[in-house]
Amino acid sequence: MRKIIPEFNKGLLKENPVLVLALGLCPTLAVSVSAINAIGMGAAATFVLFGSNIIVSSLRKVIPDKIRIPCFIVVIATFVTIVEMLLKAYFPALNKSLGIFVPLIVVNCIVLGRAEAFASKRNILHSAFDALGMGCGFTLALLIISSIREILGAGKIFGFVLIKGYEPASVMILAPGALLTLGFVIAFMKLKSSNKG
Amino acid sequence: MNMDNLIVSTSPHIHRKESVSYIMWAVVIALIPSGIAGVWIFGIGALWVMLAGVFSALLFEALICRLRGKKVSILDASAILTGLLLSYNLPANVPLWLPVVGSFVAIAVAKQAFGGLGRNIFNPALVGRAFLLAAWPTYMTTFIKPYDSITAATPLALLKEGKALNLGQMNLSYFDFLTGGRGGCIGEVCIVALLIGALYLWVRKIISLHAPFAFITIVALLSWIFSGEALFKGDFIFAVLSGGLILGAFFMATDYVTTPLTAKGQFIFGLGCGLLTFVIRKWGGYPEGVSYSILIMNAFVPLIDRFVRPKRYSP
Amino acid sequence: MDLGRLIMIIISMVFINNFILSKFLGMCPFIGVSRETKPAISMGIAVTFVMAASSVITWLLYNYVLIPFEITYLRTITFILVIAAFVQFVEMVIRKVSVALYRALGIYLPLITTNCAILGVTLLNTNEFFKDNHAVAGSFLLGLAQSVFAGLGFTLALILMSAIRERLDLLDIPESMKGIPIAFVVASLMSLAFMGFGGFRF
Repeated sequence: MRKIIPEFNKGLLKENPVLVLALGLCPTLAVSVSAINAIGMGAAATFVLFGSNIIVSSLRKVIPDKIRIPCFIVVIATFVTIVEMLLKAYFPALNKSLGIFVPLIVVNCIVLGRAEAFASKRNILHSAFDALGMGCGFTLALLIISSIREILGAGKIFGFVLIKGYEPASVMILAPGALLTLGFVIAFMKLKSSNKG
Repeated sequence: MNMDNLIVSTSPHIHRKESVSYIMWAVVIALIPSGIAGVWIFGIGALWVMLAGVFSALLFEALICRLRGKKVSILDASAILTGLLLSYNLPANVPLWLPVVGSFVAIAVAKQAFGGLGRNIFNPALVGRAFLLAAWPTYMTTFIKPYDSITAATPLALLKEGKALNLGQMNLSYFDFLTGGRGGCIGEVCIVALLIGALYLWVRKIISLHAPFAFITIVALLSWIFSGEALFKGDFIFAVLSGGLILGAFFMATDYVTTPLTAKGQFIFGLGCGLLTFVIRKWGGYPEGVSYSILIMNAFVPLIDRFVRPKRYSP
Repeated sequence: MDLGRLIMIIISMVFINNFILSKFLGMCPFIGVSRETKPAISMGIAVTFVMAASSVITWLLYNYVLIPFEITYLRTITFILVIAAFVQFVEMVIRKVSVALYRALGIYLPLITTNCAILGVTLLNTNEFFKDNHAVAGSFLLGLAQSVFAGLGFTLALILMSAIRERLDLLDIPESMKGIPIAFVVASLMSLAFMGFGGFRF
């Protein structure tokens, strides 16, 4: 069991897919306008990641090497389609605010990246924990960016007004605000890790 | 750090004996007439906005230089210039925290994040203004009445909203534009004061006129052709004197750091700015396009410099 | 399709809703390939070409297969497989036909398959130019136009970014900002500048 926990933990901070590995940038920028969106997207992506990592790992000895990428894509796309249908049915408001980034999970570099770099080479248990770790790391990054943008740009968090009388800077929930926030958060992470090391 | 040996990078190469700080101070001096006019026209509130902008810019510059372990170089007046130019682009009645936030963005994001003086790609004062406009649009578009005129709204805004079709309907004359008796930002309205400053800079050989000339000429030409009730009937004098065109063309499209190195490049820069300004004024959602056009062209400057080589360096 | 609508699409896809600076589609190649101008141009051309071709293929697929057989929920799977297959095919052809072209464009093709910009534009086409599972008037050409100009807008942002980054390499950027963070700051300022095109009405 002791060997499993690091597989999970690394995805959270040290190898955080967004803030350290620079993967999954598109959805992070587009979806991080509110903390609710962050959790929704994070959960959807983690579901897909979990499912695809497990399946890919189970089939890793069976899939021929030459066509492995298309096979991964079929597996991932299947889970994405399931998520799409679930969201449409049970969380229509969330589905609307996440927009095309739900189907775009299929080309999320994190999902395909982990299938290729990890799940196709390791056993099911490790792959499952890797998926959970990366998924949670993605969600964490989304939450950090979303919170900053929601607080500065709308004066709220999770839809609740934070400070009365604060005039929110609308630019933060617009495109420039997303890019600016992500840039500075990544810089902050770099600073922290260089200070430690 | 010796100011004269300041910059080793590609831009700017200042081929002159004067140092960077000399140039910055000269521009600050050139801007003073417009500032005095702004206070005269809009009241003492304008002065507070200007002071807030300048002092917060100085403060942030000093703080960040300290944090980065660099020598604090505020005496080179570049922070003062940024703060001043930013405040000139604001309405006179904004809450004082607005120029402070704007200065922060201008200094920390547009300037220091890129390495400080001489390294920025985008004009810091305009970045500050664009950020503020996107963040608090109502504050940035609510103006105070100049003197005791009829309306506080800027002429271009009246035009964009269809509330007035020409000068006559706005109850203004060209003289009003020259002396600043119209709605607008603190440092953009008194054309005469701005032109005095621009003349001073040109005589001292601090600015060259390629960019401003191209900028203003294109706006005038396109406005003459397309902005009237029929072709070739546009009020181009109005177009040139309104909005932030004079302020932008002479004081921001001539900034050494964020504009092309070569004369030809500067001309292209001015052309682009003029074209974009006209397009935004005519079809865009904003009444004025000068700030955005300069920022957009700033993004093109590295590309322009790459393809327009100075003649003396080609074999 | 009238001229006004076409101009609006051009202005919209290249400036107002620029894929990189506004919609955030295609960020990974943007960060990865924007360090130098030559590869940036090549990548831009490759992306525009794949976008255009993909829009044609997926439109035909959507209109003549997915809708009639009522399997539109399989849109995601079929689109991505079609795109991946097409790109693979093009890469093989280019490699055989011209080594020079391959070296100029071909090496970027695998990167493009999983680029959210390609799949993104095909999804946008079906969202915007189909109503109640019927193609709207001019749907095919509108979708193609949208794809081509989205690609060109992507290319514009990429070229501007690469020229800027070439210059940034010579500057004195704070250590923690170097590389990706400053690229994002530059992108945010470009995005801020491009807001000037907002509210455009032709």
